[in-house]
Parts: sequence; C-alpha cells; structure tokens
Amino acid sequence: MSNIQDYPSRIGERSSLKLGTFSYLTQMNSDRLRKQIDYLVRQNWDAALEHVEPERAGSNYWYLWKLPLFGERNADVILDEIEACKTANPGHHVRLIGYDKLRQTQGTAMVVHRGD
Amino acid sequence: MSENQYSAGVRDYRETYWEPDYTPKETDLLACFKIVAQAGVPREEAAAAVAAESSTGTWTTVWTDLLTDLDYYKGRAYSIEDVSGDENAFYAFVAYPLDLFEEGSVVNVLTSLVGNVFGFKAIRSLRLEDVRFPLHYVLTCGGPPNGITVERDVMNKYGRPLLGCTIKPKLGLSAKNYGRAVYECLRGGLDFTKDDENVNSQPFMRWQQRFNFVADAVHLATKETGERKGHYLNVTAPTVEEMYKRAEHAKSLDMPIIMHDYLTAGFTANTSLANWCRDNGMLLHIHRAMHAVIDRNPYHGIHFRVLAKCLRLSGGDHLHSGTVVGKLEGDREATLGWISMMRDSYVKEDRKRGIFFDQDWGHMPGMLPVASGGIHVWHMPALVSIFGDDAVLQFGGGTLGHPWGNAAGAAANRVACEACVEARNNGRNLEKESREILTEASQHSPELKAAMETWKEIKFEFDIVDKLN
Repeated sequence: MSNIQDYPSRIGERSSLKLGTFSYLTQMNSDRLRKQIDYLVRQNWDAALEHVEPERAGSNYWYLWKLPLFGERNADVILDEIEACKTANPGHHVRLIGYDKLRQTQGTAMVVHRGD
Repeated sequence: MSENQYSAGVRDYRETYWEPDYTPKETDLLACFKIVAQAGVPREEAAAAVAAESSTGTWTTVWTDLLTDLDYYKGRAYSIEDVSGDENAFYAFVAYPLDLFEEGSVVNVLTSLVGNVFGFKAIRSLRLEDVRFPLHYVLTCGGPPNGITVERDVMNKYGRPLLGCTIKPKLGLSAKNYGRAVYECLRGGLDFTKDDENVNSQPFMRWQQRFNFVADAVHLATKETGERKGHYLNVTAPTVEEMYKRAEHAKSLDMPIIMHDYLTAGFTANTSLANWCRDNGMLLHIHRAMHAVIDRNPYHGIHFRVLAKCLRLSGGDHLHSGTVVGKLEGDREATLGWISMMRDSYVKEDRKRGIFFDQDWGHMPGMLPVASGGIHVWHMPALVSIFGDDAVLQFGGGTLGHPWGNAAGAAANRVACEACVEARNNGRNLEKESREILTEASQHSPELKAAMETWKEIKFEFDIVDKLN
C-alpha cells in the first residue's frame, strides 16, 4: 500500500474546488493565456468577461463585465480588459468566454483569475 | 385486355419497379441497399424486387392493385452501382414516396425498409447501407430532446470534450458499493459516470437503491469539486410503464441525465422516453446494445450510420459511436462519417466516408457521439484530434483500473484531456506529439504519470471486419 497515493480532495478546500476547462492544469501565465486568446480570436469567437464572488461560482450567471468585446481581434486589448476587471473586482473569480454566435453557444470558457 | 384491366398471374418485378430514368424527388425517402442476388437473378430484377417488397408489391398481381394509383405509391429502384472489389454484390438505390410513411415514426420506416424484404428468397443477402430522410420527414420527428448546445449550458461545460466512465464490474455490485465507485470517479474530475447497459434492476441491486445511492454520490462530488456532475441512470426496463417510473424517480432526485438502450428496448419506447425527457428537461444518454448483431456483417443487416440516423430522429442526446482507437470495431473514415451524421445540421454525400446521400437535418439538434471501449490516457491525444470538443470520451477500465483507484484515474484523464485541448488550441499536432504533450502534463500530475506507466503497452490492433468498399 505504501506506493499508493491518496487522492487529497476535501470538501471546502480551495484546491478541491475546480472551475471548468483548464482548472486541472497549473495556473496559466500570461504567455499561455495569450495563446488561448489567439485561438479564441482565430475561431472568430467574441471574447467576453464575467466575474463573481467565489461563494457564488456555481451559478449560471456571473456578473458580466461591461459588454462582450464584439469584433475585438487584438489579444493585447483582451488581456488589458482582464486586468481591468481583476483590479475593479478584488476577490472575484474572472472568466474569459468565447461566444460562438453561429452555433449559439460558448466555444470556450476558462477561469483566468481565481479570487479565493 | 387493355392495360387497365385485371390480369391474374406473376410478372417480373422489373416491369413495374425498375425505373432507371426516374429522377428522385426532393420529398422522396431514398435508400441504398447492398444486394447479392441468387444465381441467375439479374441485378435489375433483384433491385426491383427489393423496391417492391419494401413498398407496395407482393409476389403476384392482385385485383385491388387497380383500386389505387400504384405509380404514385410504389417504391422504385432507380440506379445500380458496382461494389468496388466485389463481383457478387451491387448497390441498388430505391426511392420511396413520402406518403408511404407515417409521420414521426422511425418504427414505420424500418418496418417497410427492413421488414419482410430481408427474408426474400430471390435475394442471397441484403444490407441497408444508407437512407436519405427528406427534410419534410425529418421535421415530423421529435429528435434529440435537448441537443449539444443545451447540454453544454445545462452542465456548464465548454471548450473541451466531456469525460465519462462506465462503472465496473458490470454486474454484481451492491447499490452502496456502486455509489462509492461513482463518487470516486466524479470527485476525481470526470463529468459523468454511467450504468453499464445490462444494469437494469437485478436482485443484487434494485434500481431504487442504485438511484438513491448514486444521487448521493453525484451531489457530494458536485459540492466537493464545485462542478456539475451526472450519472447516466439506466431506465431501460421490461415495460414502458416501469421505464417511466424510473425516469420520474431520477427526476425527483434532481439528476440531470438518464440512459436508455434504444435497440433492445425498441424505437417506440425510445421515442416516448425522448418525449418525456424533452418535457422534463432531462438529458438522455443512449446505449446501442445489439447494434453489432445488426450492423457488423458487411452483407447483411443495417449499417450503423442508418441506426444512428434513426436514433437522431427518435431522440437521444448522446449515442455511442465507437472510438476508432479502442477495443471495438470501427474504421476511421466511416466512423467520422456517422459522427457527422450525429452532430451536423447538413451532411454532404461522401463515399470516402461511406455516406451515400446528402442529408439535411434542418433545425433538429445534434447528438454528442460517445467514444467508449478500451481507451486510456495514451489514446487521449488521438481522441481529442478525431472527435474534437463535441463528444463524450468514456474511460471505463481506463479510469477504474488506475493503480491508485478511481479518483486518481479520473484526475489523470481530466489532466490529459485539458493538456490536449490546450496543445491543440496552441496549434500543436496532437497525434504526432502525443508523447511529448502527455509527458509535459504529467510533470504536474502524479496521477497522470502513474496512469501512463500502467497502460503504456496496451494496444488494440486487429483488422476490422466491416471495411468501406
């Protein structure tokens, strides 16, 4: 048994609370994040940001940050907007969404900053 | 006697049912059969016989034929093609007028197309290869109760394939032990777990107890991970009344998804259950037990692409599709063909993928293909590459067989999946760089590292039985 590792997840612990796509990987640095934004832009999706108090993370509707960045193709602008959203909402989770209007769904959604 | 007078006797089918100059109408239901005729029976006669026996014809002339307009109601064989590499078999294309089929009834379509005709003596063997359902007919069917985009919203999962696991051993666990296996998988990072198809309500685990313990596991794992979770509660039952009872109980436990076996239970039960799911906002996972009996023999039965189309019309949100890379049968191009048939709103004829007709699905939602059977973390890059995001990748042994248990196995799969999605989005070639991508990800995941060690040698490389001609 000594070579079997316990799975350390516990109710109520921060590390056990996951937040969707990429939340099982290590935290993305800005370099990795930029590549995901480039992908989102290449798919012709529209970036949007939403944020929420960590205790309300499971709900369908987080606060929408401003409006989706319709037609924005510049990754720098999207990265700046993520920073602005973080600064204005300390302690909140921040999620980046790629709206796919042709399929009427979110092509992707990833938490880019954890507030807890 | 003039043409309009009754003359008893037997006529060649081709006199009435072979019309090579016929141009199919937009509203016709089209079928492609692979036929091997008995020795001495000309191809045109065999094709016409199939058209006749699957529509209006019988073996002899009857006087009541003259009371209707058979030219309007009959099916017609309108084209014949060689099957490449096979001198005995040929493809026959048959057009059926829309009026021959009850609206919204896959049951009725199949009763005609693959009914008595399959026992017909003039035919040595017969296989229904493909069907073009006219959009007019498609829109009389209910289709998937929710569809892919709704499921993503309900489960709050975007930008990656969903992950599942079938609980094993298939049979024999008590309800409480079964729920334990579910809980461990879900807390480790899977989105779904699944009842095996033959788990219904046996003496060792009645359905009520299974549903109750599983619901507890789902709710606990949801609370622990903060992510939405589900277990495909199999409501396949001996009677439709019992099926509904189980579905209602799943709903009362606040479960998001139930499951049904559409071939063993039958299309009537399946269509009714799909309607119930639509009414109740319940996701519906469909298993395909018995399909290989019907679809595996290249000269007999019904090709799986037809069974998949029929299920999309009858209703289901998930359907098992084969994996291409795992332990079960499935040619890559052909599998890609029927995956399109499950998900896309318009599919073009493409013989390289075994698709004989254009198929327009109109606004009918798509289904998630489910890849399940003998797959493990080493297959993940290929699976993400082949299936893309809109699929459920299901690792049974590949989760439960992890040396540290189900939760670790689940985490390994989730890390591998997300690493592959990130790499794909970055423009990397998943199939060429699979080893590098997984190895990099395993640096931060001891669970993935252990899984890669465990399954590094397992491959399933047998020749497939049913190849595209």
